[in-house]
Amino acid sequence: MKAMLTGLLEWTDARFPLTKLWNEHLAQYYAPKNFNFWYYFGSLALVMLVIQIGSGIWLTMFYKPSAAEAFASVEYIMREVPMGWFIRYMHTTGGSFFFAVVYLHMFRGMIYGSYKSPRELIWIIGMLIYLCMMVEGFFGYLLPWGQMSYWGAQVIISLFGALPFGLGEPLTLWIRGDYVVADATLNRFFALHVAAVPLALLALVVAHIMALHEVGSNNPDGVEIKKDKDLNGIPRDGIPFHPYYTVKDIWGLAVCLILFAAVLFFAPTFFGYFIEQPNFVPADPLKTPEHIAPVWYFTPYYAILRAIPDKLTGVIAMFASVLIFFFLPWLDRHPIKSIRYRGTLFRLLIGVFVITFIVLGYLGTQAPTAAKSELGFRLGELYFSFFLILWLYSKQRTTGFNYTVLGIVAVLFVFFDVIRFDSENGALMLVSSLLVIGYFVVFVLGSMYTKLNEPKPVPERVT
Amino acid sequence: MKRIIAAIALGLSPLVTFGAGSGVSPMNANTDLTDQKSLQNGAKVFVNFCIGCHSMQFMRYSRLADDIGLERDLVAEHLMFTTDKIGDTMTAAMEADDASGWFGVPPPDLSVIARARGVDWLYTYLTTFYADPDPARPFGVNNVMFRDVGMPHVLWPLQGVQSYVKGERPADVDSEHFERIEPDEKGFELTTVVTTKDGNTTHVTDMLEVTVPGAMTPAEFRKTIRDLVNFLDYAGEPIKLLRFQMGYWVLIFLAVFALLARALYKEYWKDVH
Repeated sequence: MKAMLTGLLEWTDARFPLTKLWNEHLAQYYAPKNFNFWYYFGSLALVMLVIQIGSGIWLTMFYKPSAAEAFASVEYIMREVPMGWFIRYMHTTGGSFFFAVVYLHMFRGMIYGSYKSPRELIWIIGMLIYLCMMVEGFFGYLLPWGQMSYWGAQVIISLFGALPFGLGEPLTLWIRGDYVVADATLNRFFALHVAAVPLALLALVVAHIMALHEVGSNNPDGVEIKKDKDLNGIPRDGIPFHPYYTVKDIWGLAVCLILFAAVLFFAPTFFGYFIEQPNFVPADPLKTPEHIAPVWYFTPYYAILRAIPDKLTGVIAMFASVLIFFFLPWLDRHPIKSIRYRGTLFRLLIGVFVITFIVLGYLGTQAPTAAKSELGFRLGELYFSFFLILWLYSKQRTTGFNYTVLGIVAVLFVFFDVIRFDSENGALMLVSSLLVIGYFVVFVLGSMYTKLNEPKPVPERVT
Repeated sequence: MKRIIAAIALGLSPLVTFGAGSGVSPMNANTDLTDQKSLQNGAKVFVNFCIGCHSMQFMRYSRLADDIGLERDLVAEHLMFTTDKIGDTMTAAMEADDASGWFGVPPPDLSVIARARGVDWLYTYLTTFYADPDPARPFGVNNVMFRDVGMPHVLWPLQGVQSYVKGERPADVDSEHFERIEPDEKGFELTTVVTTKDGNTTHVTDMLEVTVPGAMTPAEFRKTIRDLVNFLDYAGEPIKLLRFQMGYWVLIFLAVFALLARALYKEYWKDVH
């Protein structure tokens, strides 16, 4: 039996690089031995992708992409298809988990500087994956054809209407294929959701992994393990991905699946965050819901969009807030990769950014009030300031340089406040500006006049 | 780690539930899907009072019978129109076009209404119709939960008619909104926040009082509505109980699997230094 299998393998290897691929990507791919908690999310994201594709294929067997039948066909899946509810909840829960996992995966990249040289391309490809996921999520959300599906799509598509030079209206018409979101829109979104974007996603994921395995993984110390190899050319601090990280990731996956199952079986709508309540009302083009909120993974960007009174500026800011991540490798050029060896202020900076992102996400789910919009605007300013400070921290700056940057920022932010000023929100603006002033005092003056931004010595080898 | 916990805590605060802008937070419906008696009674009330106008187009009689512990024969005899077959879905007798003419809008399908509105909202809505003499109100009633609703008070033969008894108010009322509602012997007690023209707010207690008695006492009626809402909750997601039951087994399996996976991982990693 064993001889037969070996024979089969030899036969295959002579015709297809099976053993070669296995070794290059698993058995002889040397990963740093010091991966921590944050390193589970890469393989988890892959599992989520597989779950989405698997459950998605089954859903397409029963779903009907037509305005007249879509809502009913989803209920048909929920009620009449054996275990259809399980497949559908797997897909809805999977969508949110996919985003959660990818956000944590990106956060890992940010704290350990995984986007820095020589891994810029891995980061860029990863960002393309993230963009594809957002597009995929947006298309997919229309398919159940509920009120929130419908009006969410209506709102997002209408954003393109803000484009100048008379381009907006024709563009929205071209996207929708009709004057409102309608059957034509649903059909094309279905095609894009089940074929076009998944194909792009798969190709990008393969590219992401190939690029990673070419340069090798970063690690929590941000030390290149390839700089220290033994006589056989194997990194001293590396261990073969298989079996060490395969068994470790199976354990991580088990924990993730426990959370996944807890949501799927006990709170599939996740309190209105994964499946919004109004989406149980069929789409009605004549009745706008009282409060339209996108799904949670879009809400930070949605909050930035809404915080800006001018529509076109808001749309630009929203797209900029997503796309700015692409430039991270060139904004943060500090030679030290890991948060472990950078200064206290850098840790604080990351912490404040996380809070900014989460609070913006919360604001995006809420109906706007004057105070919430104002907070949204200030947090939007902090959001972009984060990237500015990252750039500022890239090397030792002179006092004059720092003050010049501060001056430019002050002029810019005061300018924003002047053009959006009215007697109603003046007091609120004054109070909320303290948030931004405090931010720059701590991060710019703090790095100039204290030792809080001084890096720590980086060890030669991983710890 | 703390940030993750904060994120999760944030995630647990539910989204704004959408009512019809009345501002009152609904009462707790206290439904129980495992209570088959309650589900059966709810189905009976639904068929007697609701299905004349409201369909439940995704719910089949046969499934209903099997799920809530009724014989199919009994369902055929007592819950169905004579022309229906046991495998049919529960559709209303009324034509949508007629309904639009009579009520302004066709009565919505109620298959997933409990998922759209939530049981608490439905329970509060169905119990708080009151007489409104305003001639603009086509059926002479209004509702605490859903202001100026188009639906008549269909359940009045059971509940009777509730009157809105206003508590004593300051002279110069500017605006007011409901805050809280609680069951009471005679009907419901409503806490209303009243804002006067000079900007002061006071709490006023209003009453919904049954003044024309129906076939039931207020307490009996509340229980009936609880059963009805329980049934709507079931119909909104017939597999809800099943997924809870399955969920426990899946979690137990995954827990055992996780322990084994951890043991395997620790065993392999013994030689990593």
